Amino acid sequence: MYSQGLIGADGRTTESEEFLARFQARIDAEEKIEPTDAMPEGYRRTLVRQIGQHAHSEIVGMLPEGNWITRAPSLRRKAALLAKVQDEGGHGLYLYCAAETLGVSREEMTEELLSGKAKYSSIFNYPTLSWADIGIIGWLVDGAAIMNQIPLCRCSFGPYARAMIRVCKEESFHQRQGYELCMSLAFGTPEQKAMVQDALNRWWWPSIMMFGPHDADSQHSDQSMAWKIKRFSNDELRQKFIDATVPQAEYLGLTLPDPDLKWNEEKGGYDHGPIDWSEFWRVVKGQGPMARDRIKARKKAWDDGAWVREAALAHAEKRRARKMAAE
Amino acid sequence: MVQTTPLWEVFIRPRNGLSHKHVGSIHAADEVLALQAARDVYTRRGEGNSIWVVRSADIHASDPDQAAENFEPTADKIYRHPTFYEIPEEVGHM
Ligand SMILES: [Fe+2]
Ligand SMILES: [Fe+2]
Ligand SMILES: [Fe+2]
Repeated sequence: MYSQGLIGADGRTTESEEFLARFQARIDAEEKIEPTDAMPEGYRRTLVRQIGQHAHSEIVGMLPEGNWITRAPSLRRKAALLAKVQDEGGHGLYLYCAAETLGVSREEMTEELLSGKAKYSSIFNYPTLSWADIGIIGWLVDGAAIMNQIPLCRCSFGPYARAMIRVCKEESFHQRQGYELCMSLAFGTPEQKAMVQDALNRWWWPSIMMFGPHDADSQHSDQSMAWKIKRFSNDELRQKFIDATVPQAEYLGLTLPDPDLKWNEEKGGYDHGPIDWSEFWRVVKGQGPMARDRIKARKKAWDDGAWVREAALAHAEKRRARKMAAE
Repeated sequence: MVQTTPLWEVFIRPRNGLSHKHVGSIHAADEVLALQAARDVYTRRGEGNSIWVVRSADIHASDPDQAAENFEPTADKIYRHPTFYEIPEEVGHM
C-alpha cells in the first residue's frame, strides 16, 4: 500500500570522487541503474532499506484490513476487500524481489522485520475499529500511498521503478473502492455518517504523517533527491495530498479534524495546523497501539509457515535426485 | 549419439529503463557464444542495449490445456478494476 518518506536513510558513501561523478552523470542523464551496474555503496544501502521498508509496509498493511474481511457487510464489499488485501500481498512480493536484485535475501529482510530492526509505515500501527475505517483507509491511506508512489515510477533504480509501475496500476482500484464505501456511509443514515466521520477523525493525522518529517528535519533526503531515488520532498507530497483531499471531504459533507486548515490564495494550496511529531516517532519506534500485535502476527505467520517452506525444499530436492537417477 | 548444440532463449532490453522482452531463440554451445550469436541475430538495427540468454531447457511453461482453469476465473472478477466503482467527477481524478 504504501511507502513512507524513508525512515533513517543513510546515503554516506566512500567511493572516489571520480567514480561518484561518473555515477552522478548517469543519474543526471536520466539513465536507469540496473542491479549489475557499478553503484555507490550508499546508493545500494539506501535502496535496500527503502525498498525493504516499502515491502514490509505492504505486507504488514494487509493486517489492519484483513481484520474486517469476515465482517464485511455484503458480498460485494467482501469481494472488493479480499481482492485489495490480495493485491497488497502481491505488492510486497514485487518489492521484496526488487530488493533481492541488490544482493539481500528475503530471509534476511524478514528477520529484520521480525526483530524490529527494519521499519514499516507507521500508519499500520493504528487499529481498525469500525467498518468505516476500511473506507477511510482506501481513500486516505491508499490515496497518500499513490501520491508517494507515482514519482517512484521514475526512480533511478530500474527494478524498483518497474515494480512501482505495476503497483500504481493496481492502486487506483484501492482508492476508488474506499471512497465509494465512504460515500455509501456519508450519504446513509445519521449513524453511518457519524461512523465515517469518527473514522476520518482518527485517520486524518496519521495519514498526513505518512509523508514523513518536515523537509527541514528530514536527514539524508538531499542525497536521495540527488540520486533521483526520490523526486519530491516530503512536504511537497503532503501538500499535494492535502490539496487533493479537501474537496473530496467536502463532497462527502465530512469535516477534516484540523481547525487551522484553510485555503492560502498566495501559495495556491491549503495551510494546515501543526503535526504532532512526537506521536509519529513513538509510533515509528513501535509504540503504536497495534505495533506488538502486528509483529506478533507476522512472526506467527513466519513460524507456522516454516514446515511448509522446509517441506517444499525437501520435496524439490527429492524430485531433483529422482530425475538425476533417471538420467 | 550425436552431440547436439543447446537452444537458448533470448531477451532484449529495448531501451534503458525497460524490462527485457523475449525476442526469440538461438543455437549455441555455451553462454558466451549464445550472447555473441544473439547480438548478431537479434540486434543488428538498434533493437536494444542489453541481452539476456537463458537455456531453453531451463524454461518451465504453464500447461496450455490448463489455460482455462488458470486464467478464466479472473474474467468475472470485475471488482478488481477501478472502473467498477463509480466516483463522481467533482472530486477529481482517483
Ligand atoms: Fe504501496
Ligand atoms: Fe493499496
Ligand atoms: Fe499496495
